[in-house]
Amino acid sequence: MTTDGEVVLQARGITKRFPGVLANADVDLTVHKGEIVCLLGENGAGKSTLMNVVYGLYQPDEGELFVNGEPVRFTSSSDAIAHGIGMVHQHFQLVPVLTVAENVVLGQEVRKGPFLDLARARREVAELSERYGLAVDPDAKVENLSVGAQQRVELIKALYRNADILILDEPTAVLTPAEVDHFFGVLRTLIDSGKSIVFITHKLREVLAVADSVVVLRQGRVVGTADPATATTASLASLMVGREVVFEVPKGPASPGAPVLSVRGLVVADDRDVPTVDGVDLEVRAGEIVGIAGVEGNGQRELVEALAGMRTPVAGTITIDGHDVTGWTPRKVSELGVGHVPEDRSKHGLVAGFSVADNLVLNRYQRRPFSRRLVFQRKAITDNANREISDFDIRTPGPDTTAGSLSGGNQQKVVVARELSGDLKLLLVSQPTRGLDVGSIEFIHRQIVRRRDEGAAVLLVSAELDEILSLSDRVAVLYRGQIASVTDRAEATREHCGLLMAGGHPAAAGAA
Amino acid sequence: MSAGNAGNGNGANGNGGSRLHGAIETYFRLAPVTVPIYAVLVAVVVGSLVMLLAGANPLTAYGALFDGAWGSPEVLARSLARSTPFIIAGLAVAFAFKAGLFNIGAEGQLLMGALTAAWVGTWSWMAGLPAILAVPVVLLAGVAGGLFWGGIPGVLKARTGAHEVIVTIMLNAIALRLAEWIINSRSPRILLDLSASVPHTVPIFDAARMPRLPGTALHLGFLLALLLCAAVWFVLQRSTVGFEIRTVGANPDAARYAGMSVGRTIVLVMAVSGALAGIAGAGEVSGGTTGYLTSGSFIGIGFDSIAIALLARANPFAVIPAAFLWGSLLAGAPTMQLQADVSLDIVRVVQALIILFVAADAIVRWLFRIRAPRDGDITTGEVFAKGWGT
Repeated sequence: MTTDGEVVLQARGITKRFPGVLANADVDLTVHKGEIVCLLGENGAGKSTLMNVVYGLYQPDEGELFVNGEPVRFTSSSDAIAHGIGMVHQHFQLVPVLTVAENVVLGQEVRKGPFLDLARARREVAELSERYGLAVDPDAKVENLSVGAQQRVELIKALYRNADILILDEPTAVLTPAEVDHFFGVLRTLIDSGKSIVFITHKLREVLAVADSVVVLRQGRVVGTADPATATTASLASLMVGREVVFEVPKGPASPGAPVLSVRGLVVADDRDVPTVDGVDLEVRAGEIVGIAGVEGNGQRELVEALAGMRTPVAGTITIDGHDVTGWTPRKVSELGVGHVPEDRSKHGLVAGFSVADNLVLNRYQRRPFSRRLVFQRKAITDNANREISDFDIRTPGPDTTAGSLSGGNQQKVVVARELSGDLKLLLVSQPTRGLDVGSIEFIHRQIVRRRDEGAAVLLVSAELDEILSLSDRVAVLYRGQIASVTDRAEATREHCGLLMAGGHPAAAGAA
Repeated sequence: MSAGNAGNGNGANGNGGSRLHGAIETYFRLAPVTVPIYAVLVAVVVGSLVMLLAGANPLTAYGALFDGAWGSPEVLARSLARSTPFIIAGLAVAFAFKAGLFNIGAEGQLLMGALTAAWVGTWSWMAGLPAILAVPVVLLAGVAGGLFWGGIPGVLKARTGAHEVIVTIMLNAIALRLAEWIINSRSPRILLDLSASVPHTVPIFDAARMPRLPGTALHLGFLLALLLCAAVWFVLQRSTVGFEIRTVGANPDAARYAGMSVGRTIVLVMAVSGALAGIAGAGEVSGGTTGYLTSGSFIGIGFDSIAIALLARANPFAVIPAAFLWGSLLAGAPTMQLQADVSLDIVRVVQALIILFVAADAIVRWLFRIRAPRDGDITTGEVFAKGWGT
C-alpha cells in the first residue's frame, strides 16, 4: 500500500446535474501519489461523469477540484492536460492512417522550422515506450496494430503530454486475460515511477487484483470505499448494486435433443474481404446453450452474421433444422424460427426514433396479425407491445415511447423480448448484456435459460468469460477465426479458456 | 445518445419563454413545425431590411404581395394553381427523404414526365377518347417518364453504391438538354409544332386536358395533389412498405438485420419519387393553359421542390402549406413589382432566407429559445438524407 504519499488529486463535493438526471451528487475522491484508485460502479452510476469533470470536459455545478493541493477550475481538457492529468478513453481517440509517432505528437507537434520534426517525435516515443515497458513500434500505422497495442499508444500519448495522473476508462474491456496481466504489470511500472492512476471499471476481479483503494459509486453518489486487502467480490458487488447479487444463473442440467444448427467448414470474410471466420465446424443441439468465448475481433461478428443470413459465407455450409440455409436472406432464416440478439443493439437491433411498439415488431411487421394485405393493424401491434412490456419487464412510459429514450438495459430488453418470443428453434445471442446493469443482466440470463429449457438451441457469443461460463452447457473458444476447442462446461475452467483465447494450445492448457 | 426523457413537451430550463413554447407546442402539437414557422417570420423581417436597403417601403411591398397572392378569389386561384406542381414535386422529394435519400433529380424527373405526357397526349388515337380516359392516360405517361428517370439513380445506388445526389444532378442536365432537343429539333422533327412562331411542342388533344375552374388557371391537378399527399402519408405511416421505407431511412443496418431488402427499398423509393415528380410535370402539361411545352417550361420547379420538402420537414401534409406559401410568393411577386416598385427578385431573396433559416435552424432556435430536438424524438428528429459517407 502506498496511500501515505501526498495527495495529488482531490475532488470535493462534486455535483453535476443534467436535465432530469443527477449524475454526480456530492462526490468526494482523493488520489495519492503512486496509488491506483479504482472507481467502481454500474453503468450509469456516474463514473464517467466524474472523470469527465476531472478531465475538464464537464464543468461541475457544485464542488471543487484540487491538483497537488491547489484549487483548480478547468474549462476544457487542455486545462486538465496542462495540470498533468491524462485520460485514456474507452474508445480510442487515434487516427488509424497515421503512424504511432504521428498519433502521439498530434496536437503537440514538434517542429523544425515550418516542418514536422518526425525524427525527434520517433525518438521520444521510443524512449517513453522503453521506460514504461509499453512495447510499440513508432513507425507502425495505428490501423495495423492490435487493440492492446493501440491502448499502449494511448498511454504513451498521455505520458508524452507529461501526465502524472492517468485516468483509464474501462481499459481492460478489450484485452485477453493474458494481456490484462501484462497491462497490470505496466500499471505497476507507472506507479513505481511516481504516477498516479484512476482506474474505472465494473469488473470486480480486476479491482481486487490491482487497486490500492476502491471507491464505489451508485446512482451518482459515493456509497462506500473499500480496502482491496479485505474486500471480497461479493462485498464489492453488493455495495455496487445495493443488494445481494446472485452470481450463478439458476439453471438445471441441459437435456439436449437433436442437432438444430450444424456448421461445416464455414469460411466468412469481413468487410475488407479478410476471411475472419476460417473453417469453423460447430453443432448446437436443441435444449442446450453453446457458448463461444474469445476476445472480440476473432471472427465472432462475422460468424453470427453468417448464421443469421446477414453475410454470405465464402465457403462451407450452414444447416438449420434440416434446411441448408447457406446464402439465405435474413428474413428466410428468421422465418425458420431463428431469433437473433445482435451484438450492437443501437446499430442493428433498434430504430431509436421508432416507438417501442414498432421496434417490437421490427422483423415480423409483415406477418399476421400485425399487418393484413400490406396495411398495419395498429391494435395488434399495441397489444403485442403491452404484452411484451409486461412479460419482459420493460420500463417504459408506454408502448408509444420512442425506443431511443429508454435506458440501455430497457432497450436491450426490447430487443430480447422481440427475438425470444414466438416459436423459437434456434437463438443466436451476441453480447447480450454488454453495458447493462446487474438487474437487467440477471433478467436476460434467466430468459435465455428459459428458452433453452423450452427446447431452443442457443448459441451464445460473449466477450465476458464469466457470462459464457455461467450460462453455457458447452464452451467453444474462437481464436483467429477457428474453434480452438469445444468442451463440456464442467471441464472448461477459466484458466483453460483464457489460455485458448490468447492462442495457447489445449495440451498446455491442460497442464496449466 | 442524449440524456433526458422524451414524451412530454415541457421546456426544462425553467425560463419563461421556453415554458410558454413548451405549452404551446404540446397543446397544438406544433413542435415539429415551430422552426419552419419562425423561419418564415424571420425571413420576412430580414427581407424587409433588404427592401429598406433597396429604398423601398416593406409595408407597401408586403401589402402588394399579399394583394397579388391572396387579395381576391381570382388571385387566390392563381396562387393555388401556381402551388400545384410544387405540392406534387415537393411530395416527391419528401418521400425520398423518408428513406434517407436526397432526390436532387425532381427537376429532371418532372421534365421527363412532362415530355412523355406531351408526347402521348398527341397520339392520334387519343383524340377519340373521352376525357375520363384520356386524362389518366396522359398522367400515367408522366408517371412512366418520371419513374424511369428516378429509377435509374435508384438502381445505380442499390447495385453499385453510386450516390444518388451525383447521379440525379447529372440526369437533370441530361433531361434538360434532351427536352430542348425534343422540343426544338426541326430535322428530325420530333414534337415541334412547325406552325408555331415561338418553338413549342404540338399541343396535346383537348380530351387529354384536365378541366379548369372557369376563368382561372386552377385545374383538377390541385385536387389530385391533395389526394396524393394523403396517399403518400397513408403508405408511409400505415403500410408495411412505408414501415420498410422509414426503417431504411432511419437505420439501414437495422433494416437489413430485420430482413428488409435495403436495395429493393431504395429502387422503389427513387422510382416512386420520380413518378410523383413525373405526375407534377404531366399535370402541368394536361392542366396548364397551353397544353404544350416550350424549352423553358417548368424550369426550376424541381429545385424549388427540394426547398419545399425541407420547409415541410418531409411531412407529406406539411408539403401542402409549404408549397402554397411558395406558389403564393411567386404568384404575388408581379403585383408587388407593379404596385410597390420592388424587384421580383426580392421574393427570391425571401424564399432563400426561409430555406437558410430552416437549414440553419440553430439560429431560429437561439432567437426564439426553442429547445433542440431530442434524440429518438420522432416528431422533431426527422430523418433527412444521409451524408456522403453512406
